[in-house]
Amino acid sequence: MNLLSDPVGVSHYLVVGAILFTTGVVCMVVKRNALGVLMGIELVLNGANVNFVAFGSPVLRGEQASILGLDGQAMALFVILLAAAEAAVALAITLNFYNNHATVDVDRADDLKG
Amino acid sequence: MELVETDLGATLSTLLGLAWLIPLASFAAILFFGPKMGPHGRNSAWVATGAIGTSLALSLFAFGTWMVNHPPAVAHHGDHGDVHGEDHGEEHGKEHDDSHANNHSAEATNRVAARLVRFAEEQAAEGGHGDREHGDHEHDGHEHSDEGHGDEGHGDEGQHADSVEHGDTGHGEKIAYSGDWYALYRSPSLVLSIGWYIDSLTVLLFVVVTFIATCIHVYATGYMHDELHDVTDHEVTLAAGGHLHRPGRFPRFFQALSLFCFSMLGIVIAGNLAMVFIFWELVGICSWFLIGFYFERKSASTAANKAFIVNRVGDFGMLIGLMALWGALGTLHFGDTVSVDAEGHQVVEPGLFSLVRPAENGHALQVPDGMVVAAAASRVGNIASVVSPEDARAVIAEQVSGWRAMGMGNWLLVVAGLGIFCGCMGKSAQVPLHVWLPDAMEGPTPVSALVHSATMVAAGVYLTGRFYPVLTPDVLVVIAYIGAITLFIAATIALVCTDIKRVLAYSTVSQLGYMMLALGVGGWVAGLFHLVTHAFFKSLLFMCSGSVIHACHTNDMRRMGGLLKKMPYTGWTMLVGCLAIIGAGVPFVIGFSGYYSKDSILAQALLFRQINPSHAILWYAAAGGAALTAFYMFRLWFMTFIGEPRDQEVAAHVHESPSVMTTPLVVLSVMAVAAGWSLGSLGVVNLLEQARPLGTAAGMTGGGLLTAAVTVPAEAASHAEAIHVTATWTAFATAGLGVLLAAAFYVWRVVNPAVIATTLRPVYVFLENKWYFDEIYNWIFVKPAHGIAMLASANDRGIIDSILHLAAWLSRQLAAIDAWIDRFLVDGLINTLANVTWTMGLRLRHVQTGRLRQYVMFIVVGTVAIFLLASMMLSATVAIP
Repeated sequence: MNLLSDPVGVSHYLVVGAILFTTGVVCMVVKRNALGVLMGIELVLNGANVNFVAFGSPVLRGEQASILGLDGQAMALFVILLAAAEAAVALAITLNFYNNHATVDVDRADDLKG
Repeated sequence: MELVETDLGATLSTLLGLAWLIPLASFAAILFFGPKMGPHGRNSAWVATGAIGTSLALSLFAFGTWMVNHPPAVAHHGDHGDVHGEDHGEEHGKEHDDSHANNHSAEATNRVAARLVRFAEEQAAEGGHGDREHGDHEHDGHEHSDEGHGDEGHGDEGQHADSVEHGDTGHGEKIAYSGDWYALYRSPSLVLSIGWYIDSLTVLLFVVVTFIATCIHVYATGYMHDELHDVTDHEVTLAAGGHLHRPGRFPRFFQALSLFCFSMLGIVIAGNLAMVFIFWELVGICSWFLIGFYFERKSASTAANKAFIVNRVGDFGMLIGLMALWGALGTLHFGDTVSVDAEGHQVVEPGLFSLVRPAENGHALQVPDGMVVAAAASRVGNIASVVSPEDARAVIAEQVSGWRAMGMGNWLLVVAGLGIFCGCMGKSAQVPLHVWLPDAMEGPTPVSALVHSATMVAAGVYLTGRFYPVLTPDVLVVIAYIGAITLFIAATIALVCTDIKRVLAYSTVSQLGYMMLALGVGGWVAGLFHLVTHAFFKSLLFMCSGSVIHACHTNDMRRMGGLLKKMPYTGWTMLVGCLAIIGAGVPFVIGFSGYYSKDSILAQALLFRQINPSHAILWYAAAGGAALTAFYMFRLWFMTFIGEPRDQEVAAHVHESPSVMTTPLVVLSVMAVAAGWSLGSLGVVNLLEQARPLGTAAGMTGGGLLTAAVTVPAEAASHAEAIHVTATWTAFATAGLGVLLAAAFYVWRVVNPAVIATTLRPVYVFLENKWYFDEIYNWIFVKPAHGIAMLASANDRGIIDSILHLAAWLSRQLAAIDAWIDRFLVDGLINTLANVTWTMGLRLRHVQTGRLRQYVMFIVVGTVAIFLLASMMLSATVAIP
């Protein structure tokens, strides 16, 4: 199958999701700035969201999507919600960390090491 | 104040009961609040003295009540040599027997109440056996004249109640009240009760005991003042060196003194032998407290133990006597118990005295039915196995008199008598149980005075006197011999003692021997008369000696001498005491109290000798003892008060005692002089004659069990001129001889006592060692006891302990194995687990680097790895088919 020639379907979304996901993971791994890491997390989550939405879309999947109903979309909404909550908590931690250590470098945040 | 009979008994029992209980209240008060009574408990002395003083007042009131209601008959007096006396007594006895036997209207001569006369007339009119209305009988209540009612033969059915008060004639007939306050224990076969038995002897002894105790309390207030502050006891050397220093114990002394008085009064008022025994033991424990008052001193604590243990030996005999009496007779009451049954009839349960000397038998001693039946147990069994129970009772009742004639049960009566006397031997310090008394001198002197005059030692003689009706001639002879031996041995030891209190102690033992001798030879009044007079002069003597010791700070007469000028009160009152104890007097005119009592004892002993020539030794012992008494008493007085001071150091600071101590001396010396006198019917002898147990006025022949046949003569017979004059002159001569000898030794110094002591060296050493009684006891009893104890302890230590030790060792070994298992297996397992966990933790902590990006790498790598693995396995599973 050729992605470039085929009409836009689930696979294309999955590719976008995978790129987003990978970008997020790489971002998480390489960024020393905590805010960068958070951004990576957002990317990962949104990559996953794209997958959810794609799988749950009756437009894209036709008949097969009715088996799942709107579950994909609902799950995506939950993820967005959780991402917002997670971002709030993570930013609060980061802010506190900054207040205590005057930096947001995650490599310096090793107080809890074993 | 004429009281109706019933009320009189109630009044007397209330008065004397209160007099008895007040010292107990004082004891309790001092026990609980003693130390709070003023500085150092000073006021406890006033509490105790007040209590005993109140008792004295109550006793005197009871005495007065008695004298008003029952004035004693004028008895023949000892010093008159009244020949008529003999007939007098005999006649009385006869008259009574006749009148009771024949004609009850003779009782109309009773001066008591018309009520009684009416009863008597009724009875005569009805032939004495008709039924009558019993409506009046509750008048009789509990009090009743003890023995008088027996005259009608209570054995007869339904014949009890009417005659309960017949004894109230007041002339030669015995008057006694008895009853119970409280039953401690009641079962069909035994009643243990707190009750009273009151006759003139009880009343008299109450007055004597409380009087002397009051004097001693006052005296002790002065004597014990050292105890009001801290005391340094120079006789106790501590292990660390130096002397014992302790707080004073003033209240404790008076506390024990109060309890002692309570106990003694309890014995005197007791209505039954069980109660006597209770208070007997209380007196014993009180003596233990008081003799061991300075218990830090080894000698004092040993003496206290000795007194108690020796008394226990006697008490063991007493218990045997009690068991013999209770087992055979089922009662321990002295007097009869009257109760009203459901139908309103009076039921009289005879007491000991009525059982042993039943009225049907003219109050002559006979073995009671219970004892006869108990002794004839096998025959009773035979009868019971043949006939029905109802018939058996009748058959046995028929047979009893026959068995009695065969002498059955006599031994039981003898055992009872000897057993009770055994207790008396312990308390009254008779040989061989006399050894505690001299050692008891370790107590403070007021205690010696109390214990050795009116209380503890008097208890034994009193009980012998109280129990006298039950004693058979066999027992009486034993008592007489014990008394004679005691008086002689003690008197000889007193000759060589140098400790002033020990001389008095041995003289006490000796005088107690006199009393027992008197009782044993039939002199009931004589013995108890001597008890009373002796109580006065011996307490006087002891308190004088206490005064001397207080001044000299030593007991040793060899360091005294010439004290009369410095201590006039003590010296002269002590002379009075000495004259009283030797029985000084102008023959047939007048004398000190001891003169009367000792004369009557000697007269009775002489009479006994004349009737029983084989027992002459008793008379010689009594007469010889009189000389010895005079010698050692005046030796004491001369050594202490006459001549030059032997020890200047002692003499330098001698002073007369304070008046709180000398006043009792003067009071008691008046009593020591006058206690034997009789003013009309008011006199100790007359009172005692009034209390004489029924049936003992006549002589008694018996024996055969322990001694050859012996006749105990009637006491009245000793007043015959032939006997009396001889006895009086003998007493006078022996006493005079003793005094002269003492003077020759210690005043005129014609003879040097040291020379005599050297010449008669063996005798002297023998006497100085107190006949080696302590040594013999040491060898016979103490050493073997120690030996047995050592054996027992060796057995304990060697065998029993080693078994235990082995068991303990085995347990230890077993436990060691158990511990090993615990430590290495159980603990080891747990510890290994813990160690593994710990090590793993240590290793794994390094994974936790704290680097966030690394974690993400791990996650990613891990996810990818899992993903790869999964896809490989999936492809593998897919590939295979």
